[in-house]
Amino acid sequence: MNALLDAFFGIPPFWLGAIGSVLVIFLVVLPAVIVMVLWERKFLGMLTQRPGPNRVGGRFGLLQTVADALKLLTKEDFTPKDADHKLFFIAPVLFMAPTFLVYAVIPFGHFGGKDYAPAIIADLRTGVFFLAAVFSIHTVAILMAGWASNNKYSLMGGIRGVAQAISYELPLVFSFLGVVLLTGSMSTVDMVRAQDGWFYNWFCFAQPVAFLIYLICAVAEVNRVPFDIPEAESELVSGFNTEYSGMRFAMFFLAEYASLLAVSALAATVFLGGWNAPFPTPAAIAASTVGMFVWSVAWFTLKVAVLITVAIWVRGTLPRLRADQLMNFAWKALVPLVLINIFATGLLGLWGRPAVAAGMWLAIALFWAYGAARTPRFHERRRRVAF
Amino acid sequence: MSGLNMIEVRTEEMVLNMGPHHPSTHGVLRLVLTLDGEIIRSCSPVIGYLHRGMEKLAENRTFVQYPGIIDRYEYLTAMFTGVLYSMSAEKIAGIEVPEKAVWMRMIMMELNRIASHLFWLGTYMLDLGANGLLFYALREREMILNLFEEVCGARLLYSYACVGGVRFPNSPTFEKHCREFLKLFPDRIKDYEAIVTDNPVFLERVDGVGVFDRQACLDYGVSGPPLRSVGVKKDLRKDNPSLFYDQVAFDVPIGTRGDTLDRYLLRIEEMRQSVRIIEQCLDRMPAEGAYKAKVPAVIKVPPGEVYFALESPRGELGAYMVTNNADKCYRLKLRCPSYNHTQFLPVAIVGQKVSDVMAIFGSLDVILPEVDR
Repeated sequence: MNALLDAFFGIPPFWLGAIGSVLVIFLVVLPAVIVMVLWERKFLGMLTQRPGPNRVGGRFGLLQTVADALKLLTKEDFTPKDADHKLFFIAPVLFMAPTFLVYAVIPFGHFGGKDYAPAIIADLRTGVFFLAAVFSIHTVAILMAGWASNNKYSLMGGIRGVAQAISYELPLVFSFLGVVLLTGSMSTVDMVRAQDGWFYNWFCFAQPVAFLIYLICAVAEVNRVPFDIPEAESELVSGFNTEYSGMRFAMFFLAEYASLLAVSALAATVFLGGWNAPFPTPAAIAASTVGMFVWSVAWFTLKVAVLITVAIWVRGTLPRLRADQLMNFAWKALVPLVLINIFATGLLGLWGRPAVAAGMWLAIALFWAYGAARTPRFHERRRRVAF
Repeated sequence: MSGLNMIEVRTEEMVLNMGPHHPSTHGVLRLVLTLDGEIIRSCSPVIGYLHRGMEKLAENRTFVQYPGIIDRYEYLTAMFTGVLYSMSAEKIAGIEVPEKAVWMRMIMMELNRIASHLFWLGTYMLDLGANGLLFYALREREMILNLFEEVCGARLLYSYACVGGVRFPNSPTFEKHCREFLKLFPDRIKDYEAIVTDNPVFLERVDGVGVFDRQACLDYGVSGPPLRSVGVKKDLRKDNPSLFYDQVAFDVPIGTRGDTLDRYLLRIEEMRQSVRIIEQCLDRMPAEGAYKAKVPAVIKVPPGEVYFALESPRGELGAYMVTNNADKCYRLKLRCPSYNHTQFLPVAIVGQKVSDVMAIFGSLDVILPEVDR
């Protein structure tokens, strides 16, 4: 693919990569975030018996997010008097940058025909490791923003954010390790390649526990309900970004949604077969460069959209957990579970991937049966009032 | 260890000024909290940001004018405040209210109780961080507001009760629409229970959180659902029945543990009981009859004094009225449950976590205009 474009434009491959990645981020990710915010508001509206945005840009409020962005851009950029100005300035930038770096290692499609290659900005051999490293920069930015604002709510939000990020990054990264064991590689492209063919090759079937843990930790990682304690509106006003206004707030906002997109894209890549369709790609499509690209990007987008919709659904349903309950859940439930998962995957992996899948689902079935036999259903153990 | 320079780590308590402009202080309450990390060491509520001189206004507004003002005193249960003021005056003056008006007042009050509890349910879930349920609760509240609008033309501040009865006759379709709502509503309560009561995250936040001490509740004059949650069976509708509450059958639920979950369950059950009461009221209300006693255009109440209280959705809503043969009352003192509950708040939250402040404060169902009057 590089060779093709090189011949066409006469641009050296290195610069082509750099320009390409910038283009991908600004022409794909930013519009995608805008669509996503609109979809979130629309879907939340549907969940809560409201029409959602329906004024700006026609009946469906298509330009609502654009209008919101313009409003934020033109607002006064306000810095509190006693804030640490330098840190206050750096924090939103530092919050935003890693979010976009993540997209470098996510294969979002595949070219067909004679340019048979995955569409990815940088196929690093340390793909998921890079992801984990880059994502953890968020933590620094949250603490920075919370500290620099010189506001007590912000500070508490920052501290909570750090505590949460540290607790949930561990199981998040560990949930990849099962897949890494099965693939034998940390490269995201290798992981997707290991899932081609029929849908039962997807790692969410061989690694159901890891998939579930990843989904939980991903929601915590992007600070969304029920794990939004760093910005808990009803307690900390807006948490670490309370003092931010205008474009700097928009950067936090944008980065948060871009992170949601990134973790969803990652889930689609690692657990849901990435660019692969649920069935083997028809030969006619695989033979065409552009045809295969459109086909693969469409499947990838569909998977990401479904995952994002699930996240919005969760937001519309669940209340927020308390900070200490959150930590308990991470350290007492998720971390041991993910470690057991790695051990079991390694052990069962000796007999191949079908053995891993069979073992996992058997364990889940046993656990479920045990739980169902031991515990009465929710509405039966509901506490009642006395008369 | 001699080679290591141990740094003295010093921690200090942080004073956090929560409010008066905070997303979830339900109006303009200011809480001065002393925090040790996430634990609350002390709390002092600062009130008065919404003081409008309700009681003083009563001294220079006539008995006909004031019902329009007292609605603003507690805007979520404006039916109760109107009935409270009118009945206090009626008790001193000895005005006999027609039977139909009494039944109508009861229906309106119980509908208002459901509306208030629904609003509480939605905003309480907002306090806990769940956005979803608010709009479901408001959907049903909207149906009740439509009923109110049908009867008196207003949706929030009704000016419905007046000295001598109620201000408007029934609309011909009111009973039909009301019965439709009553038929539908129990199923909707089941929906809430499916979404909320069976939600593990919700249970995690409220079960065993904010357990009130029975004696402390009694000492601080806590009333209504918070008092019943600690197992004290006190409901003015049963203990000191006014209107026709002694003629309808209903149960008073009490809590078993006194925690936040109990207060939630109580309010849900009270909505069911209110439906029962309204059904009986509709059955027993005479089709014909006056809706207002014959009172003169300028009402003069003879000298006297009375303390009269109603069981509002928040607790004991009382009025102490002194009259001196004028067309206005000489003095009116309002006893509002929210005031006592706000005073009780420090007792309830000291030693708890910051995240639980809103879970506990929300479960008291305090409304600030009522505190500040």
